Amino acid sequence: MKRVGLSGNYAVAYAAKMADVDVIAAYPITPQTTIVEKLSEFVANGELEAEYINVESEHSALSACVGASLTGARVFTATSSQGLAYMHEVLFMASGLRTPIVMANVNRALSAPLNIWNDHSDAMAERDAGWIQLWTTSAQEAFDATLEAFKIAEEVLLPVMVNLDGFILSHTYEPVILPDESLVKEFVPSKPMVNRVSPKFAYSIGVVGPPEIYYEMKYQVVDAIENSRKKIKEVNKEFCSRFGREYRFVDAYMMEDAEYALVTMGALTGTARAVANGLRKEGERVGVVSIRCFRPFPKEDIVSILEDAKGVGVMDRALTPGGPSNPLFAEIATALYDITRRPLLQSFVAGLGGRDVTADDFKAMFGLVKDVVKEGRPRPCVYVGLRE
Amino acid sequence: MSKTKGWKEIPIGGTIVEPGSSVEFDVTAWRTFRPVFDKRKCTKCGMCWIFCPEGAIKINDDGTYDVDLSFCKGCGICQRACAVKAITMVKEG
Repeated sequence: MKRVGLSGNYAVAYAAKMADVDVIAAYPITPQTTIVEKLSEFVANGELEAEYINVESEHSALSACVGASLTGARVFTATSSQGLAYMHEVLFMASGLRTPIVMANVNRALSAPLNIWNDHSDAMAERDAGWIQLWTTSAQEAFDATLEAFKIAEEVLLPVMVNLDGFILSHTYEPVILPDESLVKEFVPSKPMVNRVSPKFAYSIGVVGPPEIYYEMKYQVVDAIENSRKKIKEVNKEFCSRFGREYRFVDAYMMEDAEYALVTMGALTGTARAVANGLRKEGERVGVVSIRCFRPFPKEDIVSILEDAKGVGVMDRALTPGGPSNPLFAEIATALYDITRRPLLQSFVAGLGGRDVTADDFKAMFGLVKDVVKEGRPRPCVYVGLRE
Repeated sequence: MSKTKGWKEIPIGGTIVEPGSSVEFDVTAWRTFRPVFDKRKCTKCGMCWIFCPEGAIKINDDGTYDVDLSFCKGCGICQRACAVKAITMVKEG
């Protein structure tokens, strides 16, 4: 075990290396590039024995990953924003064909206008692709989630996307505890997976699913991702027993007696917690709820954490133009709909395209949640920091 | 792939684990027209058997030809191929 200074991207690259991946197929895109750049270094200098496939696009990168994964190889790729969007159709193939690919998605805004900075538009647009989605708030979490992702993916035969915020996490250097490689190997042993394109196993894969079959095959993915909850819980538990860091589907911060809460995802959770600490000192009973596992969505955890709050603000970092609400708000509202006494929900959008969300912004969001509870009804979605 | 396999029975990812499994797939509902063979006109030349793109033509014991209706998609190529017009396409339903 050693404690080193690593960027979020390098932390992910080290995790993929320590998991001893067999195949990497990737195409560079900001802010993800340094993940696969580092991995190419590892392969070039002999630290990692893997097939490194240089492809001409993200569509090809993920296609190569699907093919490689079907042979039973441990497969990794990484992308961002336009790259993820370009993978769109292959994302559904990866889950439908049940390939346990691990992909880091370094969250970045979608064009237009062209923007390389951080928000959650890319991953939110792919939330129905049948991928497990883990979200991280620090470089250490990005490392840990990537390791966990291999184990989860291979147990449930579904692809896993590890999300980390572009620049805020990807390019910020933080202390990261790297475990000994031998311990990592015990956690994610290189187990031979079934070669599903071998003539010994299969005659054909990736075939047409006519109306008589399509529905059943899609339901298999629904069933697999529902059942993955149990496996993710087990993997979190095993990870904690081996490495001492405990992960849950949802991180509830000071929620035991909280009257007002903010729901966040990703690295800005840290700012929200710092602001909550300050407000607690002023006597405000506030808390922060951060979603670590977005798919499968932790509905039961959300209910048990939020049901006693008076008001909850949901901070979206993506848009659903023309929709009844933005994506994260819709998920939270859906999760709470069935309970009889539910908190008042206030929708926020913040930090689009890398716009800073300051401590004062968080303070204002907490304040507004308190105000709307007093007023008895929520206001239309508040676009934090938007100029008129 | 039998007609009634449920989601628990279908191999995951739609993998075809047995050879020739497409034979089991009933395509009756795909057809608009069905070929009807007139044994009396048939000269046993086998052109229908050769031209059928799906291998849905079967040979009777007496050497004449007929169609496997669970596999015929009703394309009508056999009718076009038959030189003596022993095959007519009849509307289903």
